[in-house]
Amino acid sequence: MKKSKQFWPFILLAVLVYVVIQVLISTEMMNQFYSNTLILIAINIILAVSLHLVIGITGQFSIGHAGFLAVGAYVSAIITMKLQLPFAVAIIVGGVVAALAGLIVGIPSLRLKGDYLAIATLGFAEIIRIVFLNIDAVGGAAGMQVSHLTTWTYAFVCLVITLVVIVNFTNSRHGLAAISVRENEIASDAMGINTTYYKVIAFAIGSFFAGVAGALFSHNFYIIQPSQFGFLKSFDILIFVVLGGLGSLSGAVLSAILLTIVSTYLQGYPETRMIIYSLVLIIVMLYRPKGLMGTMEITDYFKLWRTPKGGGQHEK
Amino acid sequence: MEWIQQLINGISLGSIYALIALGYTMVYGIIKLINFAHGDVFMVGSFIGFYSITVFGLGFFPALIISMVACALFGVIIERIAYKRLRSATRIAALITAIGVSLLIEYGVIYIRGAQPEAYPNIFSNKTFSILGAQISIQSVLILSVSVVLMILLQFIVHKTKTGKAMRAVSHDVEAAKLMGINVDNTISATFAIGSALAGAAGVIFGVYYTKIDPLMGVIPGLKAFVAAVLGGIGIIPGAMVGGLVLGVVETIVSALGFSLWRDAAAFIILILILIFRPSGIFGKNTREKV
Repeated sequence: MKKSKQFWPFILLAVLVYVVIQVLISTEMMNQFYSNTLILIAINIILAVSLHLVIGITGQFSIGHAGFLAVGAYVSAIITMKLQLPFAVAIIVGGVVAALAGLIVGIPSLRLKGDYLAIATLGFAEIIRIVFLNIDAVGGAAGMQVSHLTTWTYAFVCLVITLVVIVNFTNSRHGLAAISVRENEIASDAMGINTTYYKVIAFAIGSFFAGVAGALFSHNFYIIQPSQFGFLKSFDILIFVVLGGLGSLSGAVLSAILLTIVSTYLQGYPETRMIIYSLVLIIVMLYRPKGLMGTMEITDYFKLWRTPKGGGQHEK
Repeated sequence: MEWIQQLINGISLGSIYALIALGYTMVYGIIKLINFAHGDVFMVGSFIGFYSITVFGLGFFPALIISMVACALFGVIIERIAYKRLRSATRIAALITAIGVSLLIEYGVIYIRGAQPEAYPNIFSNKTFSILGAQISIQSVLILSVSVVLMILLQFIVHKTKTGKAMRAVSHDVEAAKLMGINVDNTISATFAIGSALAGAAGVIFGVYYTKIDPLMGVIPGLKAFVAAVLGGIGIIPGAMVGGLVLGVVETIVSALGFSLWRDAAAFIILILILIFRPSGIFGKNTREKV
């Protein structure tokens, strides 16, 4: 019920945003710098939302998301540069291969819990990075030349599809099962939910969209190198999710927008940027461990304002 | 006899991993936190050793001791400021804070002194002697003996002193330890102090052995030391020593076979294999989950 009520307004809003920005770009009212920042924001939102599905909804703490980003980036780059296929194909294949990588990583490691899972995903991301480092066909450490194909249209369409799929997944019975895994794995196991299945599914979907983001990412710069997909990249994605609120989709989106803008302006001072990021992370965890928005969504706040005092309908 | 030489190289590397892994394992054993900042304490220790040797003109042993003391203090400060409030928080919150602290130390050091690497001064002569045809440098013998002495010292502290007894009690059961009149906060701080002192020592040893240090040097050895701790069974002190040595030898063998670029991957592959087939580690016992 709730889903169908929000779906069309969302699509309408998305089309509106797209048209306005596309007009601004094509009439050159908006210069290269801003349009590039917008594409970067779209990529980061896709990454944030895909990790949100794994950490925020399913409660599986993965800190190796950059590994799947790397898979998507390299696979799509191979498809456009070596096989000369169109970019749209590259995005889809990049996503599918990343999802397969997610399945391969997820099936053994999702048997682990908490800290062990975090370290295992980190280890897998490092292995993926080292594999690309050692394949000469993709340039090894020197990197691989990629032509610039990512446009605002591609980025935005991918973003909208990602949001629709993840919101619908979250509101479906699969999403409810995933949330129950987050809340209490043993209890949901006891209720007859196949916890491993839902964890792996969420992980694979998250990896798919990370791969899509990787395809956009690699075709947005002119070169990709294994060093771009190290632990720091995983950390960048993690902070979007943590700052916005573990379990809040709109929180992840908002913090991805905010932090992308902040880091664009701090590009000349990488150390300062990392110091600010790490301080933000520590302070948020010490004083507001659920992240800025907790598990609330923006739409929940609207409902709060509409209901009279003491109503508290969102608790239902 | 190249193999003996490789074995000795592996053991030297492994003893550095083991020293770092001890800190991980002790902290994990007591508060169930992967202290991601531990690798950075190792880096800070290495720099303190470097500055005490070059700026103050001290020898190896005074530098080692200064670095250990400074790191012990540093570890306690980190624990008091960042981790103490998180005792009752969720595991994810604690883990994220630890990642934050780690990055803060790394980039704080880069901010203060720049990212350029430093070359450790040559304190020991490069003299080598041969046993069974293998060329062994005095350095590696010294490094090995320092690590062995430190590990014996640690065993003594943990098993024969009152602090050690308190540490074992707290890691066994925090609530019961509290009821028995043990000051849990001080015991946890002592654990951090000892673990960080060992990391500081490992930092100085690493600097002397590999000569190149930089502010991000702690990341990879830190992660590998964690792998070593998991390999031996996290929370178990002899496990960390064995795990570190095994990892060091395996890595050296992988490089000796000509796959030096895959060396880093070897550690993570070991980690994943051990997590899948024997998550409690070599020395660990399987514990059943209670609801």
